[in-house]
Amino acid sequence: MTDPLSTGAVGPLASQTVWFGVALSDLWFGVVFAFLAIFLFLDGWDFGVGAIFALRGRTARNATESERRRCEREREQCLAAIGPFWDGNEVWLVVFGGGLFAAFPAVYAALFSRHYLLLFGVLAALVLRGMAPEFYEQREDRRWRTWWGRAFAAGSVGAPFLLGVFAGNWLLGVSGVAPASLGIGLAVVALNVAAGAAFLRLKTTGPLAEAMPDYGVRATAAYLALVSVALVLLALRPAMRDALLSPAPIALVAGSVLLAGGYVVAARRGYPYVTLGAAGGLTGALVSLVAVLLYPVVEPGTGLTVEEAIIGAPAVELLTAGAALLIPLVLTYFGVLYSAFSGPIDPEESY
Amino acid sequence: MVDPATASRLQFAVTTIVHIVFPVMSMGLAPFLVYFTWKEVRTGESLYERLRRFWTKIFAVSFAVGTVTGLVLEFEFGTNFAAFSAAAGELFGGPLAVEGMMAFFLEATFLGVFVFGRERVSDRLYFVSSLMVGLGTWLSAVWILVANSWMQTPRGFEVARQSGEMTILLTDPIAAYANPRFPWMFVHMQNAAVLSVALFMAGVGAYHVYRRRHLGVVDGGNLDAEFWRATLKVALVALIITAPLQVIHGDAYGRHVAETQPQKFAAMEAVWETDSYVPEYIVAFPTSVDDLLNPRAKDIFGIGIPGGASWLASGGNPQAEITGLEEFEGSPPVAVVFWSFRAMVALGFWFVLLAFWAGYRWWTGELFEDRLLQKALMASSVLGIFGVELGWIVTEVGRQPWVIQGVMKTTEGVSPGLTATEATLTLAGFVGGYAVLLSLYTYVVGRLIRRGPKVEDGESLPDPVRDRAPAPTPTEVSEDD
Repeated sequence: MTDPLSTGAVGPLASQTVWFGVALSDLWFGVVFAFLAIFLFLDGWDFGVGAIFALRGRTARNATESERRRCEREREQCLAAIGPFWDGNEVWLVVFGGGLFAAFPAVYAALFSRHYLLLFGVLAALVLRGMAPEFYEQREDRRWRTWWGRAFAAGSVGAPFLLGVFAGNWLLGVSGVAPASLGIGLAVVALNVAAGAAFLRLKTTGPLAEAMPDYGVRATAAYLALVSVALVLLALRPAMRDALLSPAPIALVAGSVLLAGGYVVAARRGYPYVTLGAAGGLTGALVSLVAVLLYPVVEPGTGLTVEEAIIGAPAVELLTAGAALLIPLVLTYFGVLYSAFSGPIDPEESY
Repeated sequence: MVDPATASRLQFAVTTIVHIVFPVMSMGLAPFLVYFTWKEVRTGESLYERLRRFWTKIFAVSFAVGTVTGLVLEFEFGTNFAAFSAAAGELFGGPLAVEGMMAFFLEATFLGVFVFGRERVSDRLYFVSSLMVGLGTWLSAVWILVANSWMQTPRGFEVARQSGEMTILLTDPIAAYANPRFPWMFVHMQNAAVLSVALFMAGVGAYHVYRRRHLGVVDGGNLDAEFWRATLKVALVALIITAPLQVIHGDAYGRHVAETQPQKFAAMEAVWETDSYVPEYIVAFPTSVDDLLNPRAKDIFGIGIPGGASWLASGGNPQAEITGLEEFEGSPPVAVVFWSFRAMVALGFWFVLLAFWAGYRWWTGELFEDRLLQKALMASSVLGIFGVELGWIVTEVGRQPWVIQGVMKTTEGVSPGLTATEATLTLAGFVGGYAVLLSLYTYVVGRLIRRGPKVEDGESLPDPVRDRAPAPTPTEVSEDD
């Protein structure tokens, strides 16, 4: 199990379950990464809104009262924009964890126990991010709001950064903190800011909404730069260089450059849905890149392949049937939610 | 440094004990919110709108904290109990994944509609969202208890060992997931959640009713007085229904434990040697300090019902034999289980008494006059949640040393690579962090409750307590801004 080269031959090929021509192990590999991508896009814009909340909501020490009030209002707008959605968006992380646990328990166990402290960092950031908006609203005094605002921003930046580092470490099969992983972490933060800016452009009005294309364009440029650095750092490892130079990764990188261009054009010309879509495409491309570079191995740290790590036949069939029934329902719920709150959201709307 | 196994167990204990508070609040509040929303939509009365709004705030805060603390638990299976997760993931991971897809999405997406969408969606869809949120919280419990009941009474699996490593394979999904323990756990837990919230609401309602009388406001005919009286009445209806039920199915559940987990039952009764005609100790005091930590029902001074424990275990036969702890391999910390069980049962009977007392006063028309009753309700407001904690301690500590009863020991489930430093560090972080988290939650919920329902512009009605100055005791009434 420790030698990645020999594992293909001893994998339990005979017990592989195939539905409609797709091996269920491959299907679940795809599903787990799809959950991750959806999470990183949907909750990613919530994280991005948190970062913008901090950037836009700063006031100078000697700011005028009207300046303070504008900031206060824009912070309310940021919170109102994500208010109805972020709970639902965050569940994609829960199903990513649950899906990985259910389909590839050995991978879940190995990855999570190896990145022990890193994951507790992720949790701490998510706890801050999850509680802060709820607590922020509870009192109106300035000190309370300053502190919960900080907690919200720290969680919103910390969670995607650490998740990016986690994804990088997963890809490399290492447990410490690799420079390439740090690059991926920062890139994810920039990507989320781009998505958050596109989302706020859609969901708010006034000066905040008008400022968003600028934020988004800068974040997208930063994303491209950071991803390039991360790719160079990855390519320093010979095995990874070979993997990167195959058609699928090249196509994904090229696609990302095109999508980033699309984001900038759409943001500048004022097509908010296209802008948001481009941010989604960038997120999908990034997660796909990680998945493509891994496959058919699912945990480089132990060398486990998807075929070796997948659970037994009856269990995986049951899980697949359950997911096939439930995912369309989940998408319906999201349809109801997002259509109920279509258009800009007024900060006054709550409870 | 604490060794990794002990630190992981303590950490899991701390995170579960804190987490369970929030699902209890949301599961228990859900039926009340559905009822308020239904009445609001049907009658259009502002009282129900105010009730729905106010209790939705408490729900939303509880849900936010419950989500993040629940995520911690999901991650801990991988970080701290990797050996368990790798071995049992095939059976245990499935219900968790399905919980996310079936229940958590339902709850979280419709909560968005329910909390923010009153002005945006139709009455019908709004009511449906309240139902969906409630259904989501309950389904969540279904899947967690499917997973947990399998660990208590495992079925439908096969153990394979490859080079010393244990893998548990699913062979019969129906046996595994339609587990005999599940119905008892679900009924007992769900009823406990509603009972706990009923007690909480009753305590809150009683507090405001009491305070108004204390301030000399007998009946202002104003909305807030009506609000708190309505809260108290709705809560008492739920209390009167759920409190006796909790004792009835608790008894049947105990019998099921005696049949399927005799070791846990022996720990609950501190029976060390196999015996028949075992008494049930109602009040028990140890005769020495050693016995406090390691009680033996026979050695302690106590008042017991002759044959009571045998009667409970067998469902009516005082002569029935109870297998003693000495016949099992390893044993749970008996004192913790023994005392938690007694405290839980005592609380259960106290809630029944409280329900009868309040019901009687209501019937005689003195509900709002009986100040002793109001004090008792206030004092009992969080006791329901304590009862749930004690019940889970009996359930989870009682099955030790097993993480999967009879199949895998808890110590075997700990992550092999975990160092004492890492485990101790996060344990300390959790104890500190969760203490802060719980105090913040208590502070915010307490503040919401003291201030009462928010009076919106245009519907501000006089409130004798809020509007009258000066307040008699500054600490009690004058909150900031």
